[in-house]
Amino acid sequence: MPSLKDLRNRIASVKATQKITKAMQMVAAAKLRRAQTAAESARPYAERMEQVLASLAGSIGPGAQAPALLAGTGREEVHLLIVCTAERGLCGGFNASIARLARESATSLMAQGKTVKILCIGKKGADLLRRQFERQIVEVVDLRGVRTLGFENADAIGRKLVALFQAGEFDVCTLFFSRFKTVISQIPTAQKLIPLALASDEKAAPQAVYEYEPDEEQILATLLPRNISVQVLRALLENAASEQGARMSAMDSASRNAGEMIKKQTMKYNRSRQAMITKELIEIISGAEAL
Amino acid sequence: MATFHFELVSPEKLIFSGDVDAVVVPGAEGEFTVLKDHAPLMSTLKPGVVEIDETAARKLRFFVRGGFADVASAGLTILAEHSIPLEEFDAAKIAADIKDAEEDVADATTDEARRLAAEKRDQLQELKAALKI
Repeated sequence: MPSLKDLRNRIASVKATQKITKAMQMVAAAKLRRAQTAAESARPYAERMEQVLASLAGSIGPGAQAPALLAGTGREEVHLLIVCTAERGLCGGFNASIARLARESATSLMAQGKTVKILCIGKKGADLLRRQFERQIVEVVDLRGVRTLGFENADAIGRKLVALFQAGEFDVCTLFFSRFKTVISQIPTAQKLIPLALASDEKAAPQAVYEYEPDEEQILATLLPRNISVQVLRALLENAASEQGARMSAMDSASRNAGEMIKKQTMKYNRSRQAMITKELIEIISGAEAL
Repeated sequence: MATFHFELVSPEKLIFSGDVDAVVVPGAEGEFTVLKDHAPLMSTLKPGVVEIDETAARKLRFFVRGGFADVASAGLTILAEHSIPLEEFDAAKIAADIKDAEEDVADATTDEARRLAAEKRDQLQELKAALKI
C-alpha cells in the first residue's frame, strides 16, 4: 500500500507530464497547419510535372532510346531504398510504420537475392533500421537543422541520387514515406522513383504535335533529374505534415490517459486518507473506552 | 484582346494562375511571346524575366531561374525552380548581395557550404544579367 506522500508525488508527476503532452499537442497542431498548407501548395507543381513527363515520354515512343532515368538500366539487381522519417520521436507509430514497410520490402528483396542499399532521411528511421541493416545503410541525411523545408533541401538529395545512379550504384530506387490523408490517418507509402512509374492512362498519348525547344532528348535530360528532386520534395512535405498529424493524435491520447490516471490516483488518495482518519478515530475512541 | 490561361508554378507553391493577354518567356533558344492559340510547344528556360500582360494596363514581371514552359491547347504552364517578383529588386541591393555571396564563397569551410554559396552567387549574377543593370 503506497503511503499518502507517495500518492501525492505520483499525482503531481502525472500532472506535470500531462502539461507537457498538452503543450506538445498544441505545438503540433500549429505546426500541422503550416505543414499541411506547404504540402498542399507543392502539389500543383508535382502534378504538372507528371503531366508534362507523361506526354513527353509518350511522344518519344518505345522505339527510341529513352534516357536511363526514365526507363531504368534494364537490370534489377541493386535496389536503393530511400526511407524518409522524422527527426524526432514521440509521434505514435509514425516512424515505426514507415520503417516496418521499408524493412518488409528490404527483407523480401534480399530473399530474392538482390542487393539492397538504404538511404535514410531523418534520424529516427536510421535508428530503427540500423539494428537489422547495419551494412545496407549507405547514408543518413540529417535535416534536423532545417527550419522550413524548401526546394533546395530536396534538390540536394535529388542531385545526390542522380549522381549515384549515374555512377551505377543502383538500378532501382524506391521512396518510402507517409502520405498525409487526414490528421488521424497517415498511409505509409512506397513510390518507385527510378525507373519512373508513370500513370499510363490516356495522358500517355500525345494529343497534339508538339514543337520542342531544344529537342525532346535534351528536355527530358534536364527534366528527369528535376522531377526526382520534386518527388523527393513532395515526399518530404507530405512526411512533415504526417509527422505533425501523428504527433498531435499521439499527444492527444497521452493527455487523455494522463487525465484518467490523475482521476484514479486522486480517488485512491482520498480513499486512503479517509481510511487513515477513520483508523485514527477508532484508535482514539477505543482508547477512551478502555479507560 | 483574347486571353488564355496561364500558370506559373514553383515547387513550393502556385505563384500565378489566371487568364492573361500575353506572356513573354525566356526560352533556352531565345525569348518568345505566347498569345492565345499558340502552337503546342515545350521549351526549357534560361534564367530571365517572365513578363505577364494580364491586361493592357496590368503587367507583372517575375525573375525565373531554371525551368520549363509547356504551351498546350489548355494554355501555358511555366514550371520554375525559383521565381521572384521583380519589384523586390533594385540594382544596389543586388550588387550588395553579390558581394556578400562572394564573401560567403571565400569563407566557406565545408564543400557543401561552398557549393551553396557559389550557387547563390551564380544565381544573383544571372539575375543581374537578366535585368541588364
